[in-house]
Amino acid sequence: MSVPQSAEFFIDPGRCIGCNACLQACTECDTHKGHAMIQLDYVDRGRSPQTVPVVCMHCDSPTCAEVCPADAIKRMGDGVVQTARKSHCIACNNCVLACPFGVPKMNTGMNLMMKCDMCYDRTSVGKKPMCASVCPSQALLFGTREEVVGLRPGSRILNTFRFGSQTITTKVNMLVPKRAAVEHLDVLSALHEPPVGNDAGEDVLLAGLGPED
Amino acid sequence: MARPAVSESETTEVFGPHLSRSTGPRLDPGVVPDKAVKTHCCFCGQQCGIELLVKDNQVIGFEPWLEFPFNQGKLCPKGVKRYLQGAHPDRLLQAYARDETGRGGFRPLPYEQAISRVAGEIDRIQKEHGPQAFGVLSGASLTTEKAYLMGKFARVCLKTPYIDYNGRLCMVSAAAANKKAFGIDRAANPWSDILTADVVWISGANVAECAPITTDYVWQAREHGARVIVVDPRLTPLARTCDLFLPIKPGRDAALFAGILHLMIEHDWLDHAFIEGHTTGFEEVARAVAEWTPARTAQVTGIAERAIRQAAEWWGPAKTSFLLHARGIEHHSHGVQNCLGAINMVLASGRIGREGCGYATITGQANGQGGREHGQKCDQLPGGRDLANPEHRAHVAKVWGVAPDDLPGPGVDCYEMFRKVEAGEIRGLLSVCFNPVVSLPDNAFVRRMLEKLEFYVAIDFFLSETARFADVVLPGSLQEEDEGIVTSAEGRVIKINKVIDCPGEARQDWRIVQDVARALGRERGFTFTEPAAILAELREASKGGVADYSGITYEKVERQYGVFWPCPSDDHPGTPRLFEPGSSNPVAQGKGPFYFPDGKARFVPAPYTPPTEVVDAEYPLILTTGRVVSHFLSGAQTRRIGPLVDHCPEPFIEVHPKLAATLGLADGDFATAETRRGAITLRASVVKTIRPDTIFIPYHWPGERSANTLTIAAQDPISKIPEYKVCAVRLRKASPPAPPPAEAP
Repeated sequence: MSVPQSAEFFIDPGRCIGCNACLQACTECDTHKGHAMIQLDYVDRGRSPQTVPVVCMHCDSPTCAEVCPADAIKRMGDGVVQTARKSHCIACNNCVLACPFGVPKMNTGMNLMMKCDMCYDRTSVGKKPMCASVCPSQALLFGTREEVVGLRPGSRILNTFRFGSQTITTKVNMLVPKRAAVEHLDVLSALHEPPVGNDAGEDVLLAGLGPED
Repeated sequence: MARPAVSESETTEVFGPHLSRSTGPRLDPGVVPDKAVKTHCCFCGQQCGIELLVKDNQVIGFEPWLEFPFNQGKLCPKGVKRYLQGAHPDRLLQAYARDETGRGGFRPLPYEQAISRVAGEIDRIQKEHGPQAFGVLSGASLTTEKAYLMGKFARVCLKTPYIDYNGRLCMVSAAAANKKAFGIDRAANPWSDILTADVVWISGANVAECAPITTDYVWQAREHGARVIVVDPRLTPLARTCDLFLPIKPGRDAALFAGILHLMIEHDWLDHAFIEGHTTGFEEVARAVAEWTPARTAQVTGIAERAIRQAAEWWGPAKTSFLLHARGIEHHSHGVQNCLGAINMVLASGRIGREGCGYATITGQANGQGGREHGQKCDQLPGGRDLANPEHRAHVAKVWGVAPDDLPGPGVDCYEMFRKVEAGEIRGLLSVCFNPVVSLPDNAFVRRMLEKLEFYVAIDFFLSETARFADVVLPGSLQEEDEGIVTSAEGRVIKINKVIDCPGEARQDWRIVQDVARALGRERGFTFTEPAAILAELREASKGGVADYSGITYEKVERQYGVFWPCPSDDHPGTPRLFEPGSSNPVAQGKGPFYFPDGKARFVPAPYTPPTEVVDAEYPLILTTGRVVSHFLSGAQTRRIGPLVDHCPEPFIEVHPKLAATLGLADGDFATAETRRGAITLRASVVKTIRPDTIFIPYHWPGERSANTLTIAAQDPISKIPEYKVCAVRLRKASPPAPPPAEAP
């Protein structure tokens, strides 16, 4: 079953259950077998089971490529920002430090920056990326806009981020609640927000604490 | 006398657990697979479709199988890395005999010699002490063909009543309740009915970790407006964003269900036409819940009264709904009552047997459903038939070519079998794919009983913690080395395909069992040459029973992406949704949709009773146990897969910060949990996502890290399921324990 050329990548962090399937599946992708290019972290495990998956957002003007002194990082015509070319990468770490999303990782053993290339070997031949194929909660979804509109009536699509004064648009889309009155995602202020979700605080869990019946 | 011959660490050095990782052809993207085989995951009851990639008789990777309708390519981390169980350094490639001079306490034994020795010991024990002195412990990860053969092997070849299986630890409370209320034990609906439910009620099921693929069904229902209610002592990943979270005190589920039904009656949120036309017993149940006022329900369950009222307000008048539950309400000494309470709520609503109106337990094991239908359960014959029913005995005896009177009567559950070892009634055991040293409660007792056996033979593909006690170990098959059907949590019969050949001297389990029968000189009925031949006989044996597989063939299963039983004839497509108006069944004969002679479902009183062990001054906390996403059951497979162990290397104790403060515990400190059975020391995970009166420990590990050292061997009087989910415990800060026997990298 091949997916249409118009398929795009969507992230709905509200659906993420932290199961690790994306990360494990990422290591099975042929372009970087054995290495996971996804990051999956708890927001604050002590307070909540909330987790956030981070893939390369494939920026329209990729900061990683802009700061690369060796011209190792290419953005393809279809908007996919490739991982560093082995022949060019000088392992200077510029991209690692500059990426506002914190995506590129330096593989010191290989002297090479590595990051998600949206499973280029798969998506270029009509397959879904590994992570979005397996994601049990479909927090990571690869499909067409029409499919997403049908599957996620409560969400709308957003791909503009703000980091201080820097505004970034990306090929990868976020799904945000339809009612949310935002036109961009302010990442810096989100860094200081507590986990989102049901209150797991003492008022809920202590409500019925009493002697044994 | 089946005492392990050498120290645990010596055995671990030779037989593992070692960790497998992607290397060689599994890591080289240049390797072109010889073939890709569509089959299913080997782990949980969801049985996700997956394509396994093969090179030189080794599974080297996978590809998502997007067309399989249940999971459409989705997999959890266990499914992604399941291929690493093959070509594993710990794989048993030959038979072994226990021998303290051998490496790791075992010496290799030529296969035929091992079979002769097993047959000789069975024969000796049965001649000296009678046929019932030898018992069989089987597994719910086996294909249905194998499960069927194990039941036949015990009753026809060994002539022993003592066979039971590890499904006893899984879904038997739900099975018993379903039979009492509906007359049939199967998920009432396919999972697709979750998608159109207005309310999804999840009680005691950590869906995100134990049935991850079900998550998308729940979230998808919510996209279209469903309200999701989660009942759990822990704020699970699904509970984080559900519409209503009811943080119940472990062991109080029947009280909550009674309280909800009380409010349904008070507000007349009842389907009177359904209750009158299709059920019996409502009045008695209504009287029984009269005392369960919201205030009393809140007091017993530990849930705020307003939350209970809110849940009833959503559940009561909903147009469509789907209620799911799992081990959280079933692993109790009143597990059957808990399930009956849930079913009463469903029946009163009338929301069953229609699109978007459903009820199901989320079966845990790979073939939890199919493995409990065809005769490896102690009281059961193929087709869901009853071993105590003369007509049922006659039907199966005819298929098996034996006299009905020659079939033994019902045996006892697997835990009771160990009590019979203690009493000297059972002196020898054969086990396949069952690891009770890790998975049964109060497992110090289980170890003592294994040591007491005169002879124990284990069939397995790895040397499990239980197989370490064996006198003879026979090398069985991995799931991908055999073919056959299994039945998923939905009731969908699917086909496991053979992907590779057994390595070394390993054999498909059904061949091993037949070899034992032959060596005993009792091979009549055990000369099958392929799984399809076993299925052909199973179809006959199940014909006319409630679990009727007589119309199921491999070809139909593959063509339809599965066949939901009952499927009573070759031209029958199967039955995805049970209890639809006008649907026929062999019991009601057209009188109604439910599987009783009058076609009506039963309301059965489900009184609340406290757990067997309530907290007291000495043991003031509640211990509950469960799973994590990266491990499966006793961990015999997943503790050998490197990337899964990386994600969750060891068990932990979840402690609420308020409780931690009283003990001076910080996150990551060691703490000792102690019950009347034993004590273990693990790291504390201090999290606000658990009730402050409760601690949680995952149970996938053996020995010093085994949660089942602590659990209580109390069992439900009907289903005999152990009470894993609640017992009394105390907790104290501890210094780091001695390192466990090395699990070499």
